[in-house]
Amino acid sequence: MRSAFTLTDHTGRAVTEADFAGRWQLVFFGFTHCPDICPTTLAYMASVFDLLGDEADRVAPLFITVDPARDTVPVMAEYVSVFHPRLTGLTGTEAQVAEAARNFRTWFERTEDATAPDGYFMAHAGHLYLMRPDGAFEAVFLEGDQPPEALAEEIEMRIEKEDTAR
Amino acid sequence: MKALLTTMALMLPVAAIADVTVTDPWARASILASRPGAAYLALDADGPDRLIGVTSPVAAQVMIHAVETDEAGVSRMRHVETLDVGPPAPVVMAPGGMHLMLMGLTRKLEEGTRFPLTLTFETAGEMTVEVPVLGPGASGPAEE
Repeated sequence: MRSAFTLTDHTGRAVTEADFAGRWQLVFFGFTHCPDICPTTLAYMASVFDLLGDEADRVAPLFITVDPARDTVPVMAEYVSVFHPRLTGLTGTEAQVAEAARNFRTWFERTEDATAPDGYFMAHAGHLYLMRPDGAFEAVFLEGDQPPEALAEEIEMRIEKEDTAR
Repeated sequence: MKALLTTMALMLPVAAIADVTVTDPWARASILASRPGAAYLALDADGPDRLIGVTSPVAAQVMIHAVETDEAGVSRMRHVETLDVGPPAPVVMAPGGMHLMLMGLTRKLEEGTRFPLTLTFETAGEMTVEVPVLGPGASGPAEE
């Protein structure tokens, strides 16, 4: 798996993984109609990001929607701004989002449910992916597995280890 | 304001009617008006009872959602029609787990406001709690 995508960011700019090259990436796939796990995880990501201190400049937090039909650029702009000013929201066509998910080896599925808003839910992996500056996979985390302090420390440790190795 | 909220949250509605107790209700501020909101609370009961319905004037519909995460880390929300409460353990709703989904909000849930939520139990009947709205990134009533 690797970070590879052609998407549109929440400012309407066409972006690819090349726009984030040289920075570590903390990536979450979700959707804005998600009432619980997505706000929970994005708020957690924002806390982790704030705890990174000096290393924060070297990490790009990315939120990729799995529901591009509803999560348009303006929707993403309003949504990500609530969580963190540095959070980048990414959307695209159905095909672009599907391709990004494939490259990350993540999974999502549309579930028809008459009681859901617009008649469907999106089921998705709740993982946070840490990707290396060259886009290669580094590690995967779940929000509930450790407090934000522990994840921030873990990420700092991995960045330092990489610096030492070079 | 934060300190005041903390005090208020701690003192908040510990409503006890019959043998069911509802504690620590709270909701997340909704981010966009048209998005569903989420509310959380804990339910305890002296004896077996069953939550059979939840309503609020701020939402067209309130659904009980369990979250199931499979081995692959895929989370699915499961709509639960009724919820058994009672010994031995309380039912505790929390972010990332069981929650109440508020659909068709009549207004955006603004941080610092509150709204009534009516829970209907098979035996204990109806009880209404006031739910404080915390920040969009809140993870529980103790943190704000």
